[in-house]
Amino acid sequence: MKDLRLERDVRTETNKIEARGVQVYYGTNHALKDVDVDILDKTVTAFIGPSGCGKSTFLRCLNRMNDTVASAKVQGKITLEGEDIYDPRVDPVQLRAKIGMVFQKPNPFPKSIYDNVAYGPKIHGLTRNKAELDEVVESCLRKAALWNEVKDRLTAPGTGLSGGQQQRLCIARAIATSPEVLLMDEPCSALDPIATAQVEELIDELRSQFSVVIVTHSMQQAARVSQKTAFFHLGHLVEYGETGTIFTNPKDPRTESYITGRIG
Amino acid sequence: MSLGLLCLILLGLAAAAFFLGRQRAMAAAGGDVRRLHSLPGFYGQITALAVIVPAFAVLVVWLLAEGFVIQSSALSHIDVADVPAGSDVSLVMADVTRLARGLATLAANGTDVEALSHDPVALKTALGAAGVAMGNDPTPAMIDAAKAVRTTAAQSRLGLSVVTLALALAGLGWALVRIKPEFRARNATETVAMGLLIGASLIAVLTTVGIVLSMLSETIHFFGIYPATKFFLSATWTPRFGGGSDLGIWPLVWGTVYVSVIALIVAVPIGLLSAIYLSEYASRRVRGIVKPLIEILAGIPTIVYGLFALITVGPLLRDWIAVPMGFGNSSSSVMTAGLVMGIMVIPFVSSLSDDIINAVPQSLRDGSLGLGATPSETIRKVVLPAALPGIVGAVLLAASRAIGETMIVVLGAGAAARLSLNPFDAMTTVTVKIVSQLTGDTEFNSPETLVAFALGLTLFTLTLGLNILALVIVRKYREQYE
Amino acid sequence: MTTLDMTGENAGTGRSKSLFTADKRTAARNAAERRFRAYGVVAITLAILALVWLLISIFSTGLPAFKQTFIDIPVTLDAAVLDKAGHGNPDEMASVSTIGYGKLIAKALSAEIAARGIDTGKMKPRDVAEMISEESAATLRNMVLANPKLLGSTIQFPALANGRIDGYFKGRVTMATAALDKNTSPEKLALADRLVAAGMMQTRLNLGFLTMPDASDQRPEAAGLGVAILGSLYMMFIVLVLALPIGVAASVYLEEFAPKNRWTDLIEVNISNLAAVPSIVYGILGLAIFINFGGLPRSTAIVGGLVLALMTLPRIIIPTRAALKAVPPSIRDAALGVGASRLQTVMHHVLPLAMPGVLTGTIIGLAQALGETAPLLLIGMVAFVRDFPKAPPMGLLDPASALPVQIFNWTQRGDPGFVERASGAIIVLLVFLIVMNTAAIILRRKYERRW
Repeated sequence: MKDLRLERDVRTETNKIEARGVQVYYGTNHALKDVDVDILDKTVTAFIGPSGCGKSTFLRCLNRMNDTVASAKVQGKITLEGEDIYDPRVDPVQLRAKIGMVFQKPNPFPKSIYDNVAYGPKIHGLTRNKAELDEVVESCLRKAALWNEVKDRLTAPGTGLSGGQQQRLCIARAIATSPEVLLMDEPCSALDPIATAQVEELIDELRSQFSVVIVTHSMQQAARVSQKTAFFHLGHLVEYGETGTIFTNPKDPRTESYITGRIG
Repeated sequence: MSLGLLCLILLGLAAAAFFLGRQRAMAAAGGDVRRLHSLPGFYGQITALAVIVPAFAVLVVWLLAEGFVIQSSALSHIDVADVPAGSDVSLVMADVTRLARGLATLAANGTDVEALSHDPVALKTALGAAGVAMGNDPTPAMIDAAKAVRTTAAQSRLGLSVVTLALALAGLGWALVRIKPEFRARNATETVAMGLLIGASLIAVLTTVGIVLSMLSETIHFFGIYPATKFFLSATWTPRFGGGSDLGIWPLVWGTVYVSVIALIVAVPIGLLSAIYLSEYASRRVRGIVKPLIEILAGIPTIVYGLFALITVGPLLRDWIAVPMGFGNSSSSVMTAGLVMGIMVIPFVSSLSDDIINAVPQSLRDGSLGLGATPSETIRKVVLPAALPGIVGAVLLAASRAIGETMIVVLGAGAAARLSLNPFDAMTTVTVKIVSQLTGDTEFNSPETLVAFALGLTLFTLTLGLNILALVIVRKYREQYE
Repeated sequence: MTTLDMTGENAGTGRSKSLFTADKRTAARNAAERRFRAYGVVAITLAILALVWLLISIFSTGLPAFKQTFIDIPVTLDAAVLDKAGHGNPDEMASVSTIGYGKLIAKALSAEIAARGIDTGKMKPRDVAEMISEESAATLRNMVLANPKLLGSTIQFPALANGRIDGYFKGRVTMATAALDKNTSPEKLALADRLVAAGMMQTRLNLGFLTMPDASDQRPEAAGLGVAILGSLYMMFIVLVLALPIGVAASVYLEEFAPKNRWTDLIEVNISNLAAVPSIVYGILGLAIFINFGGLPRSTAIVGGLVLALMTLPRIIIPTRAALKAVPPSIRDAALGVGASRLQTVMHHVLPLAMPGVLTGTIIGLAQALGETAPLLLIGMVAFVRDFPKAPPMGLLDPASALPVQIFNWTQRGDPGFVERASGAIIVLLVFLIVMNTAAIILRRKYERRW
């Protein structure tokens, strides 16, 4: 596989999302402790760490998906372009349109491929007519590197695609709402290596337009696709920095032992 | 020997056999349990089973066959040519049965039956005095037939006692001879027990067979005396017990469908929306209170709904809607029955839909919410389309429930068979007519009575079809997400 | 790969830049969201209101059935009238019919009214006597025949008041309706008011409603549920004795032993369909098989019990199989591992562990059978039955009634007093059902195991 680190160039240093002192509780369980992170625009940021370390929890805080879990409680401040996303004036629906999400398991709706992609633009009213919608669907499927495989069967059910195709369909679906940030929760964990490579390549291309945050349990994947990496351990953000630095010269001994395979 | 006594003796024999068998096993082993293949109790059990199982099997078969034998022995005394005009053999046989019962009563009172039987007039008086009313004067042939019934019945009972007791004793002997330490009593007992288990599960099949056969045979009988084409094609229902009835099924089917449709119009939106709210929005606490409350509706007997329709809903609809708006003045109407039935069906729709909505994977909801859809958009555009086949199945089950419902329509819809569009008219349904044609004193040879079996078969076929269709759809739906 | 900048070209026109200001479309969508939620709340409210309406309707009409108006009269049981032979022998005393006792009560009532100086207006003595239920003469006669020693004494006899008088105190009859009613008159009601004022007449708790047999069409005040409750108990007993063992045996076979093939598949589909067959079809089955073919007498507890048992069977099998399925395979492996046979494994370990589930299912099945009406109508159970059935086993062959058919029977009667009786009977039925279902819930809560 191509090592994307060689081509890495961080074009912008603008902060897209700033998180300060984020705490998450599930009932009495203190799942995330005092996390501060700045997520840059047009950058791939990877969250790594052992299972149960809080990386997925933190990701779900960023678009308030934790709201759907009744027992979850979030404290601290998370801002998107300077606006607090937990402010009572904020409508999570509007927020999620700006911060899209791709899930661990491909979850296409039991509808046609076309309808899957058109779902977001339709509910948000992003297009004025069918022709525009067609255009959006095509461009998103192209960006998700799926167009050539499905252009002849757009009316076929999305659930009939292979696992890798389904996940790329979900990515197409997510970018169809033209979000500013794309959250990906272990998007390749249910995929085989070839499909994984395709999705990773796609992530790198998406970086030109979106800020991408990816949770992964694979350090190789983090190293391949991300510019920034955050290492979580037992609910703490242990270390955050340039991916190259984290992997070659970690400051914290816990990061070092994880990377060398002692915490797993 | 009375049947009860015979059963008691058989049970007593079985108990004795248990102890005999166990004792014999212990003796054969010289008192050492370890030398036996099975525990001593099993030897007792197999002995008891050998006594009771064949005897009871013969008992049941005998009792079932007895009726036929007695009938045919009586029939041999009745000459078909003697049957008076306007009557038929089955009516005469009913008289013979009554006569035989009367003779038994007289004999029990100590009257000399033999002397009376030569004098039909005196016999009739004596029977009247004993509280047995005879419609027609008994003819000598009928008296002979009645006596034949009595003697055959007595012989049959005697034969039954002898045969079953002999079988029981033979079973006892067989088991006792076979008991040796190496006899695999446990395996033998278990084989018999397994047979009993299989027999129990066959009862379910036999019930279905019984339902189908009983209704089919009477329906064939019905179509023998009433043309099937008229039954299925005529649009009028005017039964006359004097004959010359018009028994077209369509007014009944129309009433049934009309009531069921109103019930579903009430129940499906309420049940479905409740299920959606409870599974997608309600907190655990609200759900814990509201769900059982709605399910109470399912536990209330239908007669209660029927009375509710009769005394509350019917008069209310009549006084506040039908009369002021000029729709008629009947308190029993399709609307009354449909509305109340709708209330009854709500919990079926809601609990089935609840199960089905919960079976839709959470990942689909996450996917939609993650794209910025509101919960209601998620439900309407993702969850419901995904759950649609299951919900269709639930609605079909509810429809089958509504079509087969009896008490609400008996008390709420009325008895007038008519094809009308006005929902405030009294109409009638298939089930109402089954009840009205089969209750009261009926002889099973007129088309007016037998039509109920044809209606029953129609109802059974219809609901069975709906149920199977619903089951298939729901099963397919579940497989999709497993 | 083409990169088509969507954000510039296709973004929605009204999309707000800031998170803090909701754009127009989002506001509309949120309004739709609130509407949708409101539909749900409305649906639930409607369902619960229907339940409340039903219960209020039944309880408000039915509760008065547990109270009854009595006229307390001191009656002198004159031996010269009631026992002409003078031997105190009940068989001889039986020659005095209820008419004789009726006259005695009427006389006693007139005497008591005169003694208390209550004004009867222009009413004839016959009209005064009509205020008492015709049933009370029979009640008094039975009392005397059961206990001849009462002869000659004066007893305080609580005579049932006529149904219309009773209805007056329960609000069913008013002066206006009485004026149009040939069975009563405003004068009678006015006299009744004076009797109440004098303490002779009282509306009080009436346990006779639970113990007395049914009464004829003109005497709703005397109608009780005794025969019906007993009949229902007989039938529930038959259902329990037949359906529980057969149901458990069938479930054990299907769940633990049956090979998985087309034949057992057929039995499975068959059982789930039997559970959904309309109950009236079981009535047709009972009529055709047990009565026409098997020759059992109509309207008896045994036929009713058999029909209900067949109907309950699938409703016991389904939860029993679920309970057996819930016992983890490790338990079976453990028993088989120490050399128990498969039957022993099931009987000693699996079935006892599944028992709470089995019993819960059985109780709920019985509760459904208890409220079932339609099949019983077809086997002739609408008949008017006044005599208590004898004790089992022979009593199972006596004509019997049952709670739900008694209710149906009363709804078919002309006198409005029977509506109150029918609703009262429903309250009794519902109390039985509540007790049974509560028992099932407690059983489940207490013994349910999560593996």
